[in-house]
Amino acid sequence: MSEIELRGVSRWYGNVVAVNDISMTIGPGVTGLLGPNGAGKTTILNMIAGFLMPSRGEISVAGQPSWRNPALFRQVGVVPERDSVYAFLTGTEFVTVSARLHGLPDADAAARRAIDLVEMSEAQDRRISTYSKGMRQRIKVAAALVHDPQVLLLDEPFNGMDPRQRLHMMDLLHAQGGQGRVIVFSSHILEEVERLSGVIQVIVGGRLAASGDFRAIRRLMTNRPHVFLVHSSDDRALGVALIGRPAVSAVELTAHGLQVRASDYGTFTREVAGVSRDHGIRLRQVLPADESLESVFNYLLAS
Amino acid sequence: MDHNRTGQPMPGLLNGDIIRLTVRGAMSRRRALLFALPAIILIGISALLKAKAHSHVWPPEILGTVGYLILALTALIVGGSVLGADIDDGSILHLLATPVKRQTVVLSKYLVAVVLTIAFAAVPEYLAGAIATGPSSSLAVGLFVGALAGAVIYNALFVMLTAVFSPGQALAIGLLYVLLWEGLLASLVPGVSLLSAGHYSLAVANSIAHNAALHASLNLGTGIAMGLVVTVGSLVFASVTLSTFNVTGDLS
Repeated sequence: MSEIELRGVSRWYGNVVAVNDISMTIGPGVTGLLGPNGAGKTTILNMIAGFLMPSRGEISVAGQPSWRNPALFRQVGVVPERDSVYAFLTGTEFVTVSARLHGLPDADAAARRAIDLVEMSEAQDRRISTYSKGMRQRIKVAAALVHDPQVLLLDEPFNGMDPRQRLHMMDLLHAQGGQGRVIVFSSHILEEVERLSGVIQVIVGGRLAASGDFRAIRRLMTNRPHVFLVHSSDDRALGVALIGRPAVSAVELTAHGLQVRASDYGTFTREVAGVSRDHGIRLRQVLPADESLESVFNYLLAS
Repeated sequence: MDHNRTGQPMPGLLNGDIIRLTVRGAMSRRRALLFALPAIILIGISALLKAKAHSHVWPPEILGTVGYLILALTALIVGGSVLGADIDDGSILHLLATPVKRQTVVLSKYLVAVVLTIAFAAVPEYLAGAIATGPSSSLAVGLFVGALAGAVIYNALFVMLTAVFSPGQALAIGLLYVLLWEGLLASLVPGVSLLSAGHYSLAVANSIAHNAALHASLNLGTGIAMGLVVTVGSLVFASVTLSTFNVTGDLS
C-alpha cells in the first residue's frame, strides 16, 4: 500500500528554519496541508517529492526514500505551484511528452485519457501560452496523472481557478482519492480544505500544529477564545456588565474602546446586544479582532 | 502495467523527447535571434575585409580572435540557456518529476547546445574563413575543426555552470571567464592558457592551419587532453549536481 511517512523532518536555509521536526503518516485518500503563506507547505511537498533534501529526518514514499530516487516518479505525480509549463507546446503535446518521459507504451492514448479526465479536450490543441491560469493548472494535473500514479502531490492546485473549475477539480481529486490513491494538496484557504479532505495537517511556522480529522480541528478552531473590539456610548459601564457574563473571560478598557475576550464565540455574539440594551448603553461597534487565518493557526499552535 | 512500477530509472544516455523539447524551447525564445546576429556580423566583416583590405594577415588575426570570441559567447548564450532557462522558470520540475536519469537530462540538453553552437558559430566561422582564404584552405578548415572542439568544450563548461549556480550567476561567471580570463589574462600571463577552452580550440585549429598568426600557445596533445578533462569533468559534475538539485524558492 502506498503511504507517505515523515520522521522527524526538518529543513533549514542558513539560519532560517522552514520546517521544524515534523513527523506524520499520510495514507490513501485526500489529505490537505493547511497553513498560512510561508508556513512551509511547499517545502514539505518538495521534500516528499524528492526535490529537496531534508536537513534532518527521513522521508519515505511507498516504502522507498524519495531523495535521489527518480525511479520513484513511476508511482508519484507532481503538480508544482509555479506556473511553469512549456508554453510553446500545445496541451496535447505537453501531456504526451510527460507520458513518454514516464516510458508509457502508448503515450498518445494515455495523454488523451488524462486530458479527458481534467476536461481539457476542447483546448488541447491550443498552445499553453494562450491558456488561462486555471487551464494551465488543469493541464499540469493531466500531465501529473498521465502515468496513473499511486501518489499525487499538488501545491496550491486551486490557485487561479474559477468556482466551477474549482468544484470540478475537487470532484476529480476526491474520485482519485476514493480509488485508493494518496492525494496530498496544500492550501492556505480553509474552505478548500474543508470541502475536499477529511484529514488535514495544519502547518504553522514550519511546525505541525494540528493533525487529524477536519471536523475535530474545525471545532477546535471555532471554540477557541475570540477577541472583540467593542465601542459603545459608555464603554466602562458596558465592561462591568459584560464581565458578569459566563461567555466573557476578560475585559480591558483601552483608548480605542473595550477589548473583550470571549470564551464562547456564539453565546457572546448573541448576548452582547441584549446586555447593552438592558443597561441603556448604545452599542456602536463590535469588531472581531483576531479573525485572520493566521490567528486561528497561531491558536492551534499554542494549544 | 507492471513495467511501469519497476524501481529502475529509465535507461539511455540521451532522450529524444528532451532533445526535441530543448530545441523548440531554445528556438522559440527571442534570444534565438541573438544566436544568428554575431555570426552574420562575422561573415559580413570577412566579406568586407576580403574586398577592401590590402594586407593578407587579417584572416587568422580576425577569425582567430573575433571569430573565437563569437564562438565562446554563442556557447555561453546557448549552453547557459538550455538548462538555465528551465531552472529559471521552474519548468525543470516537469523533467525532474519523471523517472528519467538526471545524467540523461544533462547530456540531452548538452547535445542540443553543442549542435546549436556549431550551427550558429562554427559553421559561420568556416564560411568566414572560406570567404577569406578559400573553401578548402587549411585556415578555413582548421578554424572550423577548432570551433567544433570549442563548441564541445565551452558548452560542457557552461551547462555545468548553470547546474551549479543560478542562471544569472552562471552568465556573469561565464562572461568573466570569456572576457577577463581568456580575453585578457590568457594573452598576458603565461600558463593561463592551460586553463582556457579558447586556447584548446586554437591548438586544434593550428594543428591543421599551421599559422603563427593564430597565436596558439598549446600543442595539439595538450589541447585535446585538457579539453577532454574539462568536458568530461564538467558533464559528470553537472549530472551529479542535478541529481542532488534542491528546488528552493519561496518558503510557502
